[in-house]
Amino acid sequence: MSALTEYTITALLLIGGAFTLVGAIGLARLPDFYTRLHGPTKATTLGVGAIILASVVYFSFQGEGIGITEILITAFLFLTAPISANIMAKAAMHLGVDVMEGTKGNPWEQ
Amino acid sequence: MFDRLNFPQPWLSVTLFVVWQFLSNDISGASLVMGLILAWLIPQLTQGFWPERPALSRPWRMPGYLLRVLADIVVASITVARLILSGRTPKPVFVCYPLELEQPMAITILASTISLTPGTVSADVSDDQRILLIHTLDASNEQEVIDAIKNRYEKPLLEMFQ
Repeated sequence: MSALTEYTITALLLIGGAFTLVGAIGLARLPDFYTRLHGPTKATTLGVGAIILASVVYFSFQGEGIGITEILITAFLFLTAPISANIMAKAAMHLGVDVMEGTKGNPWEQ
Repeated sequence: MFDRLNFPQPWLSVTLFVVWQFLSNDISGASLVMGLILAWLIPQLTQGFWPERPALSRPWRMPGYLLRVLADIVVASITVARLILSGRTPKPVFVCYPLELEQPMAITILASTISLTPGTVSADVSDDQRILLIHTLDASNEQEVIDAIKNRYEKPLLEMFQ
């Protein structure tokens, strides 16, 4: 494996790790349930994306073929993440979770 | 018995078959047979959940749309990361988004796109499927969010599905 490949993999892993960390910080720091919903769902998109890309690059240069499994992981993740966020938001509205001060607009009551 | 040996959703069956081949480590006789069984069985079991067959009239526009969404995810992730790290209090907005799309499948794709792009989560769709409730993490007003989503995502989807 050339030095360039190693640097690429390292950079991708660091970017992925950084975004996952920021997502976790967001989960701890943001004021109410609805804003906290944004932290983790979003961190997964880019954080996991970058880490999986690093895995694709690594295994391609190991000579084991391009990792189709990783692409499938990404696809499944992108299919399921919005649904879990949606269900959690619906559950929160159903329970009437408090909204932070300064929020414009209202959640529905259906 | 033989009248059930059909494929009500050919594209779903093809997708399931191909995905199964990828999931199996290498293509073998067993994985081909199992793929065929799954490609037949899953559409049969889920048939009741599909309200109508989704009609894509311009499927070749899909890759371009996906690329745009991917690019937006990267840009918007950085914006949200900066907001979280800056320590500023976000200004969240609940947006009632008037839908122009009518097909359930198209609405699902739009709602998923909104949830995947950072800063917005689609929370609910009204019972008559005309309004989408979106929670925005940080926006100055409702109209700005509606315009952005309308131009970037709903227009391309309208062209694809109409």
